Amino acid sequence: MTTFNVDKIRQDFPILGIDVNPGVPLVYLDSTATAQKPISVIDAMDDYYRTSNGNIHRGVHYLAERATALYEASRAKVAAFIGSDKPKELIFTRNATESINLVANSWGRAFLAKDDVVILTEMEHHSNLVPWQMLAEEKGLRLEFIPVTDDGDLDQMVFDQLLEQKPKLVAFAHMSNVLGTINPAKAMIAKAKRAGAVTVVDAAQSVPHFSVSVKDLDVDFMAFSAHKMLGPTGVGALYGREELLDKMPPYMGGGDMIRKVYLRSFTPNELPWKFEAGTFCIAEAIGFGAAVDYLSAIGMDTIAEYEHKLVQSAMIKMKTIPGLEIMGEKAAHRGGVVSFTLQGIHPHDVAQILDQNGIAVRAGHHCAMPLHDRFKIPASSRASFYLYNTEEEINHLVISLQKVVKMFS
Amino acid sequence: MDDLYREVIIEHYKNPGYRGSLDPNDITFEDENPLCGDHIKIDLRIGDNGKVTEAAFDGHGCAISQASADLLLESVIGKHVDEIKHLTKTDVMDLLGIELGPVRLKCALLPLKILKAGVYGLGEATDDLLEEGQS
Repeated sequence: MTTFNVDKIRQDFPILGIDVNPGVPLVYLDSTATAQKPISVIDAMDDYYRTSNGNIHRGVHYLAERATALYEASRAKVAAFIGSDKPKELIFTRNATESINLVANSWGRAFLAKDDVVILTEMEHHSNLVPWQMLAEEKGLRLEFIPVTDDGDLDQMVFDQLLEQKPKLVAFAHMSNVLGTINPAKAMIAKAKRAGAVTVVDAAQSVPHFSVSVKDLDVDFMAFSAHKMLGPTGVGALYGREELLDKMPPYMGGGDMIRKVYLRSFTPNELPWKFEAGTFCIAEAIGFGAAVDYLSAIGMDTIAEYEHKLVQSAMIKMKTIPGLEIMGEKAAHRGGVVSFTLQGIHPHDVAQILDQNGIAVRAGHHCAMPLHDRFKIPASSRASFYLYNTEEEINHLVISLQKVVKMFS
Repeated sequence: MDDLYREVIIEHYKNPGYRGSLDPNDITFEDENPLCGDHIKIDLRIGDNGKVTEAAFDGHGCAISQASADLLLESVIGKHVDEIKHLTKTDVMDLLGIELGPVRLKCALLPLKILKAGVYGLGEATDDLLEEGQS
């Protein structure tokens, strides 16, 4: 394994050096909501505006050419990062949410019909739930859900039974943003395909944290966001299999997505631009490429291994706190997310007191209300870890949680 | 910020004087903050003179919302319902005695919204109710 020096990594992230209050340094444990950005990403966007700003795919002048080259190079980097050798299968979107909405609105509207079965899961983020609910309402689809076991895993036996209903689509999160569960995506996709379904993986939490290959998964569509993987907000991606993308109607109409426009009709552009209407956030797309460069230079396996150690240590230490329960603690495979409840103390109070100690955690339902209903709790607190977090920060979290318990005892 | 969890708030959260429910009651209303799941129900008994004789709240939520409910009900005992209609955000902030950011402010003000929606006999607790009453 490459040597991993977290102190050196932290120096790449200017924000990690700030104080939340005078003398109270920031301890950022909310990377699952959004990750912090290294200087290389900030510089790539800054540099673009200083030296290369022009509209892409339109002009023949120096800046237009330069901007187009940088934008398309970024697409190639992001595609390669997820194991695709065809950049045209990588569509830039605003975020994972828009990527899923694109599939629902374009593929779903064209290829799903009344009474078709769509399989989702109980652990979905609202972004992989609501677009399908909206489409189901419009089309009269039947939504079925793979339940979550008490341990925090998807119930594969029920999935097998649901597959007998010949679903047209199976969509699920690669990794839960609440439980941290890493679902057996490859096996689930293989089963879904045998049943004749098209597959959608919400990879918003997996792609940032471990090596994910669309080839290896053999997935049809995969959605993820730049801002959770050290990149800027406002840009994300949809991977789609070329044969499927080719058959799909455009999602939004406008400039750049057309080949020819007449007064009463148009012909769409080829992939991937068919799905990229209007001037895109070019600087952010370039920042996305820089984020991928940064992660690749360290290596996703190295990052995953480091995070695994951190989260194991965090869970062991957090469990010593009286009344603390970890959601999905026993899941078969889990990533760097620890959602927890403290007996008799509301997550908002936990998060607020931690904030006074400089610690940023998330409190609430984390955009997964049905999952919280499943575990019969209104909300939880969530600490999440990334490559720049340290063992010292975990110790600080644990000491601060002890203070919370003491205040309310 | 250090004073956010003043002794009085923790005390009212842990040992509320007005937790429970009143059945029968003259006014009852419940609502929740869907963002955090805080849920509060308030029951009131009103005397012939139009003044609050008994009050109780039930529900679950953070220390700020629950302490706010307890302090608020303590303050309305003996008050005429018309006076309750004129309670505002400022009154709640005075009771709590703390400064709150926009997110936690919603927790603190939930009980007042519910109380006023009940007193006005409205179908829902809206943010308009946090300003001066228009009876």
